[in-house]
Amino acid sequence: MQHTLSNASKAKTVKSFTRNNAIYRKRRLVNLFNMGASMATMAFGLFWLAWILLTLLRYGLEGLSPAVFTEITPPPGSAGGLANAIVGSLTMTFFGTLIGTPIGILAGIYLSEYGSRGYLAPATRFINDILLSAPSIVIGLFVYEVYVLSVGHFSGWAGSFALSLLVIPVVVRTTENMLRLVPGSLREAAFALGAPQWKVTMQVTLRAAKAGVTTGILLAVARISGETAPLLFTALNNQFWSNMNQPMANLPIVIFQFAMSPYEDWHKLAWAGSLLITFSVLTLNIVARYLGRQKTQSH
Amino acid sequence: MTEQNIKLKVRDLNFYYGNFQALKGINLDIPSKQVTAFIGPSGCGKSTLLRIFNRMYELYPGMRAEGEILMDGQNILSRDVDVNLLRAQVGMVFQKPTPFPMSIYDNITFGVKLYENLSRSEMDDRVEWALKKAALWNEVKDKLKQSGNSLSGGQQQRLCIARAVATRPEVLLLDEPTSALDPISTAHIEELVHELKQDYTIAIVTHNMQQAARVSDYTAYMYLGDLVEFGETDTIFTAPSKKATEDYITGKFG
Repeated sequence: MQHTLSNASKAKTVKSFTRNNAIYRKRRLVNLFNMGASMATMAFGLFWLAWILLTLLRYGLEGLSPAVFTEITPPPGSAGGLANAIVGSLTMTFFGTLIGTPIGILAGIYLSEYGSRGYLAPATRFINDILLSAPSIVIGLFVYEVYVLSVGHFSGWAGSFALSLLVIPVVVRTTENMLRLVPGSLREAAFALGAPQWKVTMQVTLRAAKAGVTTGILLAVARISGETAPLLFTALNNQFWSNMNQPMANLPIVIFQFAMSPYEDWHKLAWAGSLLITFSVLTLNIVARYLGRQKTQSH
Repeated sequence: MTEQNIKLKVRDLNFYYGNFQALKGINLDIPSKQVTAFIGPSGCGKSTLLRIFNRMYELYPGMRAEGEILMDGQNILSRDVDVNLLRAQVGMVFQKPTPFPMSIYDNITFGVKLYENLSRSEMDDRVEWALKKAALWNEVKDKLKQSGNSLSGGQQQRLCIARAVATRPEVLLLDEPTSALDPISTAHIEELVHELKQDYTIAIVTHNMQQAARVSDYTAYMYLGDLVEFGETDTIFTAPSKKATEDYITGKFG
């Protein structure tokens, strides 16, 4: 029975291989059209991206010089660099990530490993999704209201808090997703040895998802390193070096301020800063991709 | 079977997945330091039964067991029995190899560290002992620091057996341990089961009837949540008392 069946289907396949058949020609046309259309849309998208990157490289490289990394933001008309803004951005990104990551990972663990019963986990997940898509200016306004107003001044800490609120939902989401990808059989194997839940999670499940969780953190860092709106009401800006309790210079707001100004020197620095941000985000994305790929290869 | 030789006594065991009754009034005595095989078509409840012996089902909501399972006289389904301590005494090996994402050495020590505080050299000895028990020592003794994932499928499964043995449990549950392995690895594991029964009570679920005949001393045939027949493997395979068992074993059904 099986034998005759496979013979019949063989005959059918052979028939459809003949090229002069109307169905085949039609399929070829449809295929050609679809392929052409998708290539054209891809080219359309890439064209703008390439234009942006090329413009950025052209003006950015012109503005880039050693002074950009060594001197602080200048008053109009004099020479200077972006050193205080670069350090400010790095500092606030660092503290934002440092505050946001542990909270995000723990919440992600809760959603994936503990939240199978009850309503708390679905509710948390829903709120997290809202936070994930909330406009970042709302976050800035929130920190302004609850922190900046109560301490009475803008500060690097306020900026870091605002950024950490952007880190949390991204890390929660990726941590939960990555932990869910870990096969249940691995958890069962650890439970079967008599391990309590927290040991299973910390030593086995989280370790199995390590590459994915790290990727999520890097993507969160990439996201906050270019954010302007949440810093506008929190860290504000500073023409000089500052500590975390003072208003703090940062690349996005310096770019905003300098690019809007009528001064040529400031324009150049704005371009240089844009180039720096774009390429650090690009690097972060490449590293995240590389880590993500390693994970899929090891399994 | 005398009373002392019985490790696990199953009494009037019912099991439910939500409203579905997966096991119906099972009564069974599993002898100590023998291999007991569970056979039957898919969905007959043999894996379900195995996962009650270490209360694995408690990980998932909506599952419920009624009745008693006495291990050395104590009802392991009772709320008073700590589930983690129970699992430390009832080891389990699964269908697919599940090495933890850590070194071969750490894979073994993970379970041991949970309930024992050993010195460095004692731990080294334990790892060597467990890997020898699982007939893996010679293949991995020079690469204990390598990831458990770097081993072949058959080696990974023996690593999982070593990991289960390392905590020195009294009972070893094997849930279709060779169904994802090639014939040579399968033969390795079957030999191993034969070795291990000197120290452990072994319960094995298998889809492979030849395997049940080869490795087990006692066989239970299950069908649709009922225990149809239980007895010495020789008897079950040569002169089963029930027609249903005979039909399954001779391949007329299933």
